[in-house]
Amino acid sequence: MALKIVKGSIDRIFDKNLQDLVRGIRNHKEDEAKYISTCIDEIKQELKQDNIAVKANAVCKLTYLQMLGYDVSWAAFNIVEVMSSSKFTYKRIGYLAASQCFHESTDVIMLTTNQIRKDLSSPNQYDTGVALTGLSCFVTPDLARDLANDIMTLMSHTKPYIRKKAVLIMYKVFLKYPESLRPAFPRLKEKLEDPDPGVQSAAVNVICELARRNPKNYLSLAPLFFKLMTSSTNNWVLIKIIKLFGALTPLEPRLGKKLIEPLTNLIHSTSAMSLLYECVNTVIAVLISLSSGMPNHSASIQLCVQKLRILIEDSDQNLKYLGLLAMSKILKTHPKSVQSHKDLILQCLDDKDESIRLRALDLLYGMVSKKNLMEIVKKLMLHVDKAEGTTYRDELLTKIIDICSQSNYQYITNFEWYISILVELTRLEGTRHGHLIASQMLDVAIRVKAIRAFAVAQMATLLDNAHLLTGNTQRNGICEVLYAAAWICGEFSEHLENPMQTLEAMLRPKVATLPGHIQAVYVQNAAKLFATVLKGEEGNTDGTAAQEASQLMIDRLPLFVQSANLEVQERASCILQLVKYIQKLQQKDVEVAEEVNALFAGELNPVAPKAQKKVPVPEGLDLDAWINEPPSESESEDEQPKAIFAKEEPKHSRPRHTEVDEKELARRREARKQEQANNPFYIKASPSSQKVYQEAPGVEHIPVVQIDLNVPLKVPGLPMSDQYVKMEEERRQKERAEKKKKEKKKRKEKRSGRGKKHDSAPESEEDITPAHMVDIVTEEMPENALPSDDDERDPTDPHKALDIDLDKPLADSEKLPVRSHRAAEAQKSPTDGETENATLQEPKKKSSKEKREKKKDKERDRKKSKEEKKKKKHKHEDKEEDLLGGQADEPVLQSEETSQVADPPTSSSTTAEVSDLDFWLSNAPVPSNTQEAATVAAAAPEPSVTAPDSEPDEPKDTEMEETKSSKHKKKKQKKEKEEKEKKKKKKHHHHHHHSDGAGEESVQNGTVEEEEPLPPMSNYCLLAENSYIKMVYDIQGNLQDGSQVVVSVIFENKCNSFLKSMEFNVLDSLNSKLQRPEGSGPHDGLVVPFQLPPGVSNEARFVFTVQSIVMPQKLKGTLTFIVKNEDDSTHEKLDFKLHFTCTSYLITTPCYSDAFAKLLESGDLKSSSIRLEGVNMPFHHLLARICFHHHFSVVERIDSCASMYSRSIQGHHVCLLVKTSAQTVSIDAKCDEPTLLGNVLDEIKQTFSQC
Amino acid sequence: MIKAILIFNNHGKPRLSKFYEHYNEDTEQQIIRETFHLVSKRDENVCNFLEGGLLIGGLDYKLIYRHYATLYFVFCVDSSESELGILDLIQVFVETLDKCFENVCELDLIFHVDKVHHILAEMVMGGMVLETNMNEIITQVDAQNKMEKSEAGIAGAPARAVSAVKNMNLPEMPKNINIGDISIKVPNLPSFK
Repeated sequence: MALKIVKGSIDRIFDKNLQDLVRGIRNHKEDEAKYISTCIDEIKQELKQDNIAVKANAVCKLTYLQMLGYDVSWAAFNIVEVMSSSKFTYKRIGYLAASQCFHESTDVIMLTTNQIRKDLSSPNQYDTGVALTGLSCFVTPDLARDLANDIMTLMSHTKPYIRKKAVLIMYKVFLKYPESLRPAFPRLKEKLEDPDPGVQSAAVNVICELARRNPKNYLSLAPLFFKLMTSSTNNWVLIKIIKLFGALTPLEPRLGKKLIEPLTNLIHSTSAMSLLYECVNTVIAVLISLSSGMPNHSASIQLCVQKLRILIEDSDQNLKYLGLLAMSKILKTHPKSVQSHKDLILQCLDDKDESIRLRALDLLYGMVSKKNLMEIVKKLMLHVDKAEGTTYRDELLTKIIDICSQSNYQYITNFEWYISILVELTRLEGTRHGHLIASQMLDVAIRVKAIRAFAVAQMATLLDNAHLLTGNTQRNGICEVLYAAAWICGEFSEHLENPMQTLEAMLRPKVATLPGHIQAVYVQNAAKLFATVLKGEEGNTDGTAAQEASQLMIDRLPLFVQSANLEVQERASCILQLVKYIQKLQQKDVEVAEEVNALFAGELNPVAPKAQKKVPVPEGLDLDAWINEPPSESESEDEQPKAIFAKEEPKHSRPRHTEVDEKELARRREARKQEQANNPFYIKASPSSQKVYQEAPGVEHIPVVQIDLNVPLKVPGLPMSDQYVKMEEERRQKERAEKKKKEKKKRKEKRSGRGKKHDSAPESEEDITPAHMVDIVTEEMPENALPSDDDERDPTDPHKALDIDLDKPLADSEKLPVRSHRAAEAQKSPTDGETENATLQEPKKKSSKEKREKKKDKERDRKKSKEEKKKKKHKHEDKEEDLLGGQADEPVLQSEETSQVADPPTSSSTTAEVSDLDFWLSNAPVPSNTQEAATVAAAAPEPSVTAPDSEPDEPKDTEMEETKSSKHKKKKQKKEKEEKEKKKKKKHHHHHHHSDGAGEESVQNGTVEEEEPLPPMSNYCLLAENSYIKMVYDIQGNLQDGSQVVVSVIFENKCNSFLKSMEFNVLDSLNSKLQRPEGSGPHDGLVVPFQLPPGVSNEARFVFTVQSIVMPQKLKGTLTFIVKNEDDSTHEKLDFKLHFTCTSYLITTPCYSDAFAKLLESGDLKSSSIRLEGVNMPFHHLLARICFHHHFSVVERIDSCASMYSRSIQGHHVCLLVKTSAQTVSIDAKCDEPTLLGNVLDEIKQTFSQC
Repeated sequence: MIKAILIFNNHGKPRLSKFYEHYNEDTEQQIIRETFHLVSKRDENVCNFLEGGLLIGGLDYKLIYRHYATLYFVFCVDSSESELGILDLIQVFVETLDKCFENVCELDLIFHVDKVHHILAEMVMGGMVLETNMNEIITQVDAQNKMEKSEAGIAGAPARAVSAVKNMNLPEMPKNINIGDISIKVPNLPSFK
């Protein structure tokens, strides 16, 4: 009753819903397909109705059917309809269906763009969420392009739920629309520091995915990730970051050094196995990337190996598996440390879990040595026997061969043993790796000359017992070895003891059952054997043996002539005719052996697999150029314009055309004929050739050879590899004993055991002499082969498109398509172009280096520029911090100066420092204390040995070091440096990513393609100078503390004496004070913490506190020092004036253009402007100068107009609009502090008046 | 990246398939079959990682799976994912299902595959791990379900009633259940959180 009422009111509820469908399918097990097809018909009816609820229900059912494998793409339009429902319930169903069955070629996707956009901006976060989730599954390049900007906006959504989804989906957008990567990247980077851990995790996730494919573009983020790694507690994030570091370290060994310690700490501290495992993995990657032989890292390796051993010994199979997996990575670089765990790994071979066995096998590959190869292979052979009839056995087989053949048979001391192993392997039933064994046999026989005799004997036996290999159809794979056996016996037939017998074996009728390509080799090599037989019988006056051989050939070959295989047929008939002719000659007693042998003269050398590829292209040959114009295309393309011109000169063009055509026709005709001639079909059609074969002696003449099928499976007469193991052991023991006896005497004797010659080979690392003097013939390569081995990436890899330099400035054209226009008119573009001070130094650095390569004696200037750079980076690091009392905020310094290894996480956290990867990395391995270095230098007039350990592997360090130590050292390092510099120049670009804000290189950076390089610039200006010493200085604001500036002073010793006991002092003003260590008086000087040997310069930093920053100031000061000569010393002093410009209170701060626009609109700023006349420099130089000297960053640049931004240490905003036209530069400026602005503008003016 | 998430039962019947890369329906079924064959022939107490099948993946890909009572949960992932991490994620997934369905069993997955999808969508998005915190996932799922209920409102009431009646009227339904509960306790779970 009740049911009826309900039914009457709402019809649709009796439609089948998903549960009903599922239930129905389960109740129709027998005729499921039929039932589903009726359901699909129902669904089609439902989809035709107008009621969205009915449609949604239908779509929901379709989603289920899709999972069962039914194609539901026909309902795509209906899915779009359901997606666009205003109700969340239906929308969700629609998006789910779309995510399950839409893909790039679904055409209705085009219709969804606006709907999705609407959903993305829906006030309901779950509408947005559902849209994002769906979109992540079916985003197309078009959708990505159209929605990129909307999604980017969502990255800053107020709800973390949306933010994290938006961040994640950006990865998909990048893949589909690579152009969006650069504009979106700054914001993505921002999200790494999102307050919500989920968003942060998503950003890490995306960047890790990006960086995994193109790691070099993301090196600049290393400091940021480092910070995250040391601060995050989310294991997911940690794992991702640690994995990312694993990908980055190969590109930057310094990073590795920095990582070792925190990773080691994590390894010790974490309880999460997954994290531990990833740490170990990354430590391994670091160790691989570092040059080996760093003694202090052996502890890390030991730690890793030890932890892995724990994993492998764990009862949890998963840990065991992973442990083995990681172990195999260590193995590549530190085989010794793994080899000691051989027992454990061999034990794993017995594990019941195949995955684990396979992993253990992989490990074995790297663990073999000359010493243990035989033992390991013996063990594997046992496993082979046990693993009858499994794919695992095939895996074992390939592994055995891999292990033995690795690095050019490096570990094989006895090739007879190896050949017998191979022969033993031929007895495996049903393996499909016959060809592998065959190619090994061939390779060894060809390349190891000494083994040929033995190999030939073995192969002859194999051939003799061929029926054992071919008897069983199951074992067809293995008959491939006969190919090798036949070829070896033929090619090296001079080693055969009884060639006649082998010849007979090769011509048995049973051979005809072998695959064609093997028969062909049989026939060909029978001919070779025949030649050998003839040669052997040469001397004999009685030529019966030779004639017997000929007769045998003539008797047996016709069988092959009848073969269906063309190759066999052709060779056989050819050879048959030849032998017939030879027989005739023999009957006339003509000596033929010589001539027959000449047929097979010459040695076949192995050719390297890549030889063909490596043939260098001769100069002047362009392989891509057309030899003849492409026929069809060029005609059709050329004809039209020619038809137009034909009116003008018809006589010339037309006849030429026909001529070409005729030639072309003739050529094609010829080609067709050739093709027909070559077509096997035509040959077969001709009856004459077949007749010839028919006339030859028939099958019935061939004597049938009895085959003994009762032979045991073992190939008789073959030595077992085990014997070799024993013999080898004996041999080695003997060797050892003899070595003891004859200590230093050279041994020259014949080893009795096998009656073979054993020359005393040079002692191998493991003191094992090979049983044979082995000459492994190297594979041939063409002359002038190109050494490069470029493995190209898959061109279809979508990540290829994402290999984008993230540091180039954004061009206007790169902006993401936006629907609406921006309101802010002054800032026409929404791009996030930004500049960073550091980048400007790049060209300077380069140029300074180039100079250095030419001349050495002008070192000072160069040093200066380098120092300067360094100083920039060290902005707030004050070496004298403890002296000066400016403690808390500079932990960097301490660690840099005192600790050898990576410093605590906080060190990298100061934003200014993060901005320079080079700097960040360079402070990791600081080898020795600056002070120390200086002291040593001062103490010893010839400080030759103070080179710190990290010096050779790091150019940056070298440079820094340079400033500290004497010229002696420099000479030593010169060479190294030059090499490194080259390298570094290449790397340059990546090192100088700046990770702040937008991560965009400034527009004016000299490295930007079309713009000419910048002249070198320096912010250091002269402080004071006399005959003893020169001081230059630079002032930088401290971002952390609004009232502090750091003055970096470089002291340079200009005289030939030592300068020591330097004291730096200034007269404080009311506004500015030098920070002095606690306890010292307000007028005490500061001791400069180093001494200066002759010609050396060094840098010290002094912290000043300032109150007002709106006005420039000058402070008077004095430097006192002692000049120490050999016999006497004098006190000297030098007065100076420190000029605190307003510029020095500004800090380069990146700014987004939208924020910039808001700032300008806010109306809080006072404006002012200046004009500069006669400025004769390119606009980008101009901008670079402003950026560099006055700490601005470019917000946006359009042609000859640019907006720039900077911030003072006390938070004043300074905005510039710089325009240029014909040598006149006008600067409109706004700032919330007019006095400051006026002074800054004056200073800018001054900068340009100087040049 | 996660390339695919598959749930199928001991007989290889798919209970959920989520591919983060497009394949046509036939290939998808083939992949499910192949994966089932690879996974089902493995003993209990062997490791949960498999080097991928031929159809899905390639060298860089691994199958990481867990077997709960009647169901296999298989994730196909590339080398950027942590193996143990994914194992934990599967565990989180199952525990979340358990919470959302209140003692989840195969039947829940059979009849409410859409809900399972919605839960999964809060964990993994477009092949990337979105959220690993179970409470957060459940909060979001619940919030959405609440929305759905409020939308259905009065109009939804009769529908719910009918479906309840339908279930009542179908005595065969329990008969179909030969499915044990998914056991949630897994020995040797490496502690992750």
